[in-house]
Amino acid sequence: MSQYVRFLWRCFRISFVGGWRYHLWMLFLTAVALFGLNAYCKQLVHGLGVTGMTDQVSWGLYIANFTFLVGMAAAAVMLVIPVYIYRNKELHDLVIFGELLAVASIIMCLLFVTVDLGRPDRFTHLFRRFNFPFSMLTWDVIVLNGYLLLNLHITGYMIYCHYMRREPRRALFVIPFVFVAIVWAISIHTVTAFLYVGLGARPFWNSAIIAPRFLASAFSAGPAFLILTLQVIGRYTTYHVPRPALMTLRRIVVVALTINTFLLLSELFTEFYTDSQHVASATYLYFGLHGYTALVPWIWTAVALNTIALIMLYLPLARSLRFLNLACVMLIAGIWIEKGMGLIVPAFIPSPLGEIVEYVPTLNELLVCAGIWAFGLLLYTIFVRITVPVLSGRLTYDTDFDPETENHPIARGAPEGSVT
Amino acid sequence: MRLPILDTTSETSAGCCGGGDDASTDTCGCGRPTPGPAAPRRGVARRSFLRTATAVTGGLAAFGAALSPLREIDRETDDTFAGFFQKHYKEMTPEDKEAVFARIRERVRTQHGVDATIADPPPLDGVEFVYALNLSRCNGNRRCVHACVAENNQSRSPEMQYIRVIEMPNGTFNLEEGDHHYDDATVPKEGHFYLPVQCHQCSSPPCTKVCPVEATWQEPDGITVVDYDWCIGCRYCEAACPYWARRFNFTQPEIPSQEINPDMGYLSNRPRTKGVMEKCTFCLHRTRVGRMPACLEACPTGARKFGNVLDPNSDVSQILKNSRVFVLKEEVGTLPRFFYYFDERHPRTGADDQAAIPADLREVVT
Repeated sequence: MSQYVRFLWRCFRISFVGGWRYHLWMLFLTAVALFGLNAYCKQLVHGLGVTGMTDQVSWGLYIANFTFLVGMAAAAVMLVIPVYIYRNKELHDLVIFGELLAVASIIMCLLFVTVDLGRPDRFTHLFRRFNFPFSMLTWDVIVLNGYLLLNLHITGYMIYCHYMRREPRRALFVIPFVFVAIVWAISIHTVTAFLYVGLGARPFWNSAIIAPRFLASAFSAGPAFLILTLQVIGRYTTYHVPRPALMTLRRIVVVALTINTFLLLSELFTEFYTDSQHVASATYLYFGLHGYTALVPWIWTAVALNTIALIMLYLPLARSLRFLNLACVMLIAGIWIEKGMGLIVPAFIPSPLGEIVEYVPTLNELLVCAGIWAFGLLLYTIFVRITVPVLSGRLTYDTDFDPETENHPIARGAPEGSVT
Repeated sequence: MRLPILDTTSETSAGCCGGGDDASTDTCGCGRPTPGPAAPRRGVARRSFLRTATAVTGGLAAFGAALSPLREIDRETDDTFAGFFQKHYKEMTPEDKEAVFARIRERVRTQHGVDATIADPPPLDGVEFVYALNLSRCNGNRRCVHACVAENNQSRSPEMQYIRVIEMPNGTFNLEEGDHHYDDATVPKEGHFYLPVQCHQCSSPPCTKVCPVEATWQEPDGITVVDYDWCIGCRYCEAACPYWARRFNFTQPEIPSQEINPDMGYLSNRPRTKGVMEKCTFCLHRTRVGRMPACLEACPTGARKFGNVLDPNSDVSQILKNSRVFVLKEEVGTLPRFFYYFDERHPRTGADDQAAIPADLREVVT
C-alpha cells in the first residue's frame, strides 16, 4: 500500500520534470485550462445565459465536443482489436497509449457534460433517483464511467506492474478486461448515438444510420489522432514507435473513413431525394434555410477536408508520413465539424415549431471548451510522461528518484531474474 | 525473466538522450541543461527550493484568480446549500414538505416582501384534464400568453413564455411557414389563422422518459410536472419535446416584486432558480381546486376550453365527441391531451350527420 502511495507520489513528481519544450507546453496548457476554469466560474455565477444557447438551440458546442470526444475515446479499441484479436505485433507495445487517450478523452467527455448542466451542484441526484433504463442519458452515465474505470484499471495495472518489475497477470487482470473494453468501446458510441437517435421530436437525429456513422467516423478520427500522437511520442521521448504500426493505423483510418463516407452519402440521398419536410434541418446545414446560412461554410469545409483526406489516404503518397499526417489533421478537423457542429446544432434548426433561431457560441463558451481541451491534453501529456520511463524500465520501485537531481539519478538496474 | 518491453526500449533509450546521460527520469533530455553532479549541493537545493516555491505560489495565485468570479455567487437565490439534502418531491413526507414550503415562503418574503402561500393540491380521483382549442375563434391576440406569464411567475427579463402563438397563412399546416413574431396589435390578419401551442400534456410524454433523474413526471390527472429543486438542468427533455413546450432558465429569473403572484403551487408557479427547466402545468394550483387555467380566463374569444375528459358532460368531452378534432404531430406518437378543432357547419351529431351527406350517397358512405 505504502509502495503504491509512493508510486503515485513519484508519478506526481515526474509530471513536473522535463525539458524546456515540455515545460513550455505544460505551462501553455495550464494557462488555457485556467482561462477555461475562469470562464466556467463566470458561467456558474451568471447561468448558461453566458453561452450562445437558447430555448430553441438548447445544446451547442459543449455537447458537440462531448460527442466528438466519445469517438476519440473509442480510438483505443482500434489498437486493441488488432493486437488482441489479430495478434498484430507492431501495435502491441503501443496499445497502452491508445488506452491512455481513452482515459483522457472520457474525462474530457464527462467535463463537457458537466459544464452543460444548469445545476451541476445537483449531480448527486443521479445517485438518488436514477431513471434507468428509460433515459438514455443514464445509460451514457454508466457506459462512460464504466469505460473510464476499465481503461484506468488496464493502464494503471500495466504501468504499476512495470514499475514494480512484476510480470502482469494477464490472463486474470488484463485479458478479460481488454475484451470487455472492446465491446464497451462500441457501446459508448452506440449509447451516445441512441441518445440522439431516440428522439422522435428531432427528425434530423431520428435515423437509424446515426449510430453506425458514429462508429465509422470515430474509428477514422480516433486512429488518425493516434497516428499523430504516436509520432509526437516517438519524436520527443525515448519510446520507439515502429513505422509499420503507423501504417496499420493508416489502413484502419482508410477503411473507416470510406465506410463513413458511404454512410453519409446514404443519409444524404435519403434526405434529399425524398425531399419531405424531414429534410429541413439537412437543408439548413448544407444549403441554408430561408436565408439562414450560419452552418453552411462549416459543413462544406468539413466535406472538403474529408474528401481530400480520403483521396490522399488512397494514394500511395500517404505512405510518406508527411502526407499521412496532413491527411490525418484534415480528417480530424473534418470529422470534428461534421460530428460536432454538423450533427448537434442542425437538429435544433428549425425548432419543432418551425422557428429558425441560429446558434453562435460566445467567447465565454469557447474559452470553456478550450479549457477542457487543454486540461485533457494536459492529462494525456502527464500520462505519457509517466508511462514512457516506466515502460522502458527507467522509473521503477527500486530506482532512486530524487527531484533535486532529477537528471542524474543513480541508475540501479534490478538484478537479472528478479523480475518474475 | 525480463519483460520483452524492457529489452526493446532500453536499447532505444540510450541513443536519444545521448552522451552517457543515462537519465532515468528525464525521458526527453533533449536540450535541457542539466546541473552537473559536481555542482554544490546546497546551492542547487536553495535554487531549486526557490524555484519550486515561486512556481507553487504562482500556480496557486493563477488558480485563485481563475476561481475569483465565484465570489459573486448569490447564495440566497441559488439555494445550493440549503437544497442539497432536500428530497425528491415524491419522497417527501408531509413534514418534509412543510419545511421546504416554509423555506420557499421565507425566500419569497426576503426577496420580494410578499407573503406567499405555497399550496400542494393533489391530483383528484376520476379527473383527467384535457384542453381543446378552437382555431376558428382564436384571433392571435396573445392575451393567453401574457396572462400565463403573470400567473405563473415567469421571468420578465428576459420574458419567458409557455405559450407560443404562430400566425399561419391559410392553405398550409407546415409550421415552417408560420410567423412566430407577428405584431398582435393588428390581428387578425387577412388570410391567416392563429395556432397557439403550449405543453400538450402528452399521455406518452417523451420528456419524462428521457429525464435522467426523474425530475419530471406525469401526474395521475395527466399533467406533466417538474420538481424545480430536483432538476439538474441537462435540457434533454427540451430536446425531446416535439412541441417546444419546455423552457430553461438560462439566467436567474427576474420578476418585479409588485408582479409576484402570491398564490403559488409547489409543482407549478413557485419561483424557480436559474439552471432548471420549467413548463406549462395547466395551472394545476388553480385547476386542481376547481378554477380554470389563466390562459383560458384571459381569452376574449372563447377559443379555449378546458375540463375533465372523464366527465362525459364536460365541455371538452362534448367537443371530443362531437367536433372534428386533431392533435399536432400525431405521427410522433405522444398522444397529446391538447386538441385543436374548427367550428363546423355540419356537426357530425346524429341526424345532422346524415343530413350533411347527399341522399344518393348515403348508402355508399355507410
